[in-house]
Amino acid sequence: MFKFSNLSYSKQRLAIIAAFSFIPLALLVTFAYLPVINMFKYSFSDWNGYSKRLEYVGFENYIKIFTDPEYFSVFKVSLYYFVATFVQMGLALYFATILSFQTWFKNVFKGILFFPSLMNGVAIGFIFLFFFKPDGTLDTLLQALGLGSYIKLWLGNPEIINISLAGTSIWRYMGFNFIVFLGAISSISSDLYEASDMDGANRWHQFRYIILPSIKRILQLNLILAISGAISAFDIPYIMTGGSNGSKTFVIQTIDVAFKYSKVGLASAMAVILLLIVIVVTLLQRLLIRGEED
Amino acid sequence: MYTLKRTLANGIKYAALLLGAFVALLPIVVILFASLKTKAEYATTSPLTPPVNWLNWANYAKAFVNGNMLTGFVNTAFILIISIIGATLTGSMIAYILNRFKFKGKSLMLGAFLLATLIPGVTTQVSTFQIINKLELFNTPWAAILLYLGTDIIAVYIFLQFLDSIAVALDESAMLDGASYLTIYWRIILPLLKPAIVTVIIIKGVNIYNDFYTPFLYMPKTSLQVISTALFKFKGPYGSQWEVISAGIIIAIIPTLIAFLALQKYIYNGFAQGSVK
Repeated sequence: MFKFSNLSYSKQRLAIIAAFSFIPLALLVTFAYLPVINMFKYSFSDWNGYSKRLEYVGFENYIKIFTDPEYFSVFKVSLYYFVATFVQMGLALYFATILSFQTWFKNVFKGILFFPSLMNGVAIGFIFLFFFKPDGTLDTLLQALGLGSYIKLWLGNPEIINISLAGTSIWRYMGFNFIVFLGAISSISSDLYEASDMDGANRWHQFRYIILPSIKRILQLNLILAISGAISAFDIPYIMTGGSNGSKTFVIQTIDVAFKYSKVGLASAMAVILLLIVIVVTLLQRLLIRGEED
Repeated sequence: MYTLKRTLANGIKYAALLLGAFVALLPIVVILFASLKTKAEYATTSPLTPPVNWLNWANYAKAFVNGNMLTGFVNTAFILIISIIGATLTGSMIAYILNRFKFKGKSLMLGAFLLATLIPGVTTQVSTFQIINKLELFNTPWAAILLYLGTDIIAVYIFLQFLDSIAVALDESAMLDGASYLTIYWRIILPLLKPAIVTVIIIKGVNIYNDFYTPFLYMPKTSLQVISTALFKFKGPYGSQWEVISAGIIIAIIPTLIAFLALQKYIYNGFAQGSVK
């Protein structure tokens, strides 16, 4: 009878390399690389997603995206999310730093600040619909604080809708950055703090000269995720507003164009642009990190 | 002067923490309040007012039954379990051969997995959709399962990182006893990877449970809805019945809360590890 263990190790090695890599590689090619190749192909066509033939139209789709303000203006919306991520990281860093030192109810605070980032996206969308709706949580709270005159149509006014949505996104993702920073800070040896205490350093000095340099790489990594996250914002605005009142993001636009208006060619061109932006930003960041290490 | 400054800094610290906790909790707490109010009570009281009867489960029953949330939980559980077992097996298998063997094309393979992390899933959705369609998997749970298995390479990273710390000497001594590579993987590597597996289970589990657009795009059929899409459907018929929607929201959050409280320690470690790469 055939037994795998009777084979010589070199034959086993070949067999196991082939067997163990087959499924992961097949999945990788089918769901990571093939879509990208097809996307480039579709982006030069006017395909609608179901017809048998696709007509190649050259760069027509790309020209349309960059010249038609309807398509290009969605990038402005990304800026709100981009700015928001800086606020988010600042808050995360502050909370991670203070909770790295002796604090009452440390674990309770940790849990409360982190929990939102584990929550279901649709649930968060609804929670904040309730939060921002007229006479909702925010309005009632402002009224109770005597700030009733500041009440606005948080999700109805195109001037502030993206601030409301970006605020929701801060609420949702801050805890994730926070826990990552906390992990990085906790790996700093406590000897460093003790030595600096003896030298008379205060908390700010410790933050500036010990914590910040030690977590620089994580900080940069988070920044990158922030940039691509800002461009690919989708869940929160889609669930809360469906992209109405000027809250349409690039991804909502892409998905609408592809699935609502059946313009797969045009949508693919948009997706290619999105992909190129993300790749350029990531490469820039890698270059920057490498440059500093030299 | 010095102590005054420290006291002040301490005051600011606790004020910030309390404010942070308040901001994190308030939106959820008002939803809990609303979910326990009767229709009339909801209409006449402010969102910040606690419910009169803390044991009014009527909205929960309505949300659970009318919102088909049981179907949602069953489908979510099915997809979650298969995807996680699959991700653990495929991820650890590829990590095992990449970490332990030298072979032609190895660096190419490693590079292919690395490069794929650069591609954000949402950007390729349009053409991924066509592939799922061609495979005739649209509107089947296998669409989601395959996508969760294939596009996420985080598991491979975590396993690779962890395999570095498992001594090769262990493999070698097993080989002296005549163990096959298959036995080494199954009997030695996999059990030792346990902490990494827990990390992968948590990170993938959270992602899959919370994912909205994969089931929304690929499995629109009502009988296939997961928790996310079941909850999203409340937007239509219950648009103004916030006491029912609120109950649905709380139902969707409860499993996350239980998992969080039970696995806190692992979750903190897992997230710190998974994102450092």
